[in-house]
Amino acid sequence: MYNFEIEQPGTISDAVRALGQEEAQPLSGGQTLIPTLKARLAAPSVLVSLSGIDEMKGVCMDDEGRLCIGGATTHATVAQEAAAHYPGLASLAARIGDPAVRNRGTIGGSLANNDPSACYPAGALGSGATIVTNNREIAADDYFQGMFDTALEEGEIVTEVKFPVPEAAHYEKFLQPASRFPLVAAFVAKFPDGVRVAITGASNGGVFRWSEAEAALSSNFSADAIAGLSLDGSNMINDLHGTGAYRAHLCGVMTKRAVAAIG
Amino acid sequence: MTQVTMTVNGKSMSGDVEGRTLLAQFLRDDMGLTGTHIGCDTSQCGACVVHVNGEAVKACTMFAVEANGATVDTIEGQANADGSLNVIQQAFQDYHGLQCGFCTPGMVMSAAALLKENSKPTEAEIRHYLDGNICRCTGYHNIVKAIMAASGQDVPAVAAE
Repeated sequence: MYNFEIEQPGTISDAVRALGQEEAQPLSGGQTLIPTLKARLAAPSVLVSLSGIDEMKGVCMDDEGRLCIGGATTHATVAQEAAAHYPGLASLAARIGDPAVRNRGTIGGSLANNDPSACYPAGALGSGATIVTNNREIAADDYFQGMFDTALEEGEIVTEVKFPVPEAAHYEKFLQPASRFPLVAAFVAKFPDGVRVAITGASNGGVFRWSEAEAALSSNFSADAIAGLSLDGSNMINDLHGTGAYRAHLCGVMTKRAVAAIG
Repeated sequence: MTQVTMTVNGKSMSGDVEGRTLLAQFLRDDMGLTGTHIGCDTSQCGACVVHVNGEAVKACTMFAVEANGATVDTIEGQANADGSLNVIQQAFQDYHGLQCGFCTPGMVMSAAALLKENSKPTEAEIRHYLDGNICRCTGYHNIVKAIMAASGQDVPAVAAE
């Protein structure tokens, strides 16, 4: 790994100021970034650590009944502290990586990276969450812009994520057994005014909403309602772990299992 | 270089590190605590698991400066005060939970973290918790048996999954 300086600000404003330096990059839990640095796929001159910023940590409910999670909150904390408020999301957090990874990795880091096979993007898009940054709020529908691409601008950090809490939700993932990332996973959330379905791991465009499945499930919430639907595999990730057609098939299977789990 | 100080196995330890120095490198190369192993260096294998402020982390995927001021526990601090093996270590010996031993420091540290969270885990919970610890010798069965025994539970004939 190339060398760099690490700065450890204690407030969001100090972090934003530090990120204004040339070739500065934010470091959250580091569970993706550190392996990336080791592979010399990134070479920042300054890393700005966000893990010492207390105002970016924690889980609470706001006045509108939304679950609010600080951007530097670890997966392990979400798994524990969100369980009583939003069990479907807590369960997603409890199954990311492994226990040691969950003690370091953060929700803000995952959403900022937007890996096409990450779990949190599906939870955020499937819930219709709002991504809060140091200077604005972005709806999840506008935030995810493609593989490893988001609406975040240079030096902008995810400080908080606000989740509307559905009546029920379930995250179903088909593990890629070596990496334990989802090969394909579906997050299904049932709200009073309709159903949202977000798919991760499948598309070359990253996480996406499966609108046909959402429409079918909103009028009839059962696995049978989507039995006749299919997705086009031609723009899906095609690699040694699975073809695009295989992933397209798994989208349907994972969504049906998620619906069945909600019941 | 930045000076860092942490409490490692109950002792205050300091050293000068670069920004890129990993916690695992600091423990091994600077502090001489080579029980923390680096197997894959890509945060897959778990041989480098240590506890930072009581939580299991992969020491190859955390910078030393991030542990500045923290309490760090490594395999070297696990034995009882009189030098005898602790309950988990003894169970690994009794149930032959290791062969080459390379993964064992990480296995023991993960097992300790699990038993702190869940004092009577089921076989399935143990296997799930060890997701991030890879062993290429044992096939895991004897490790699972050792952790069952260390938690004071009966050790059933563990069936292959």
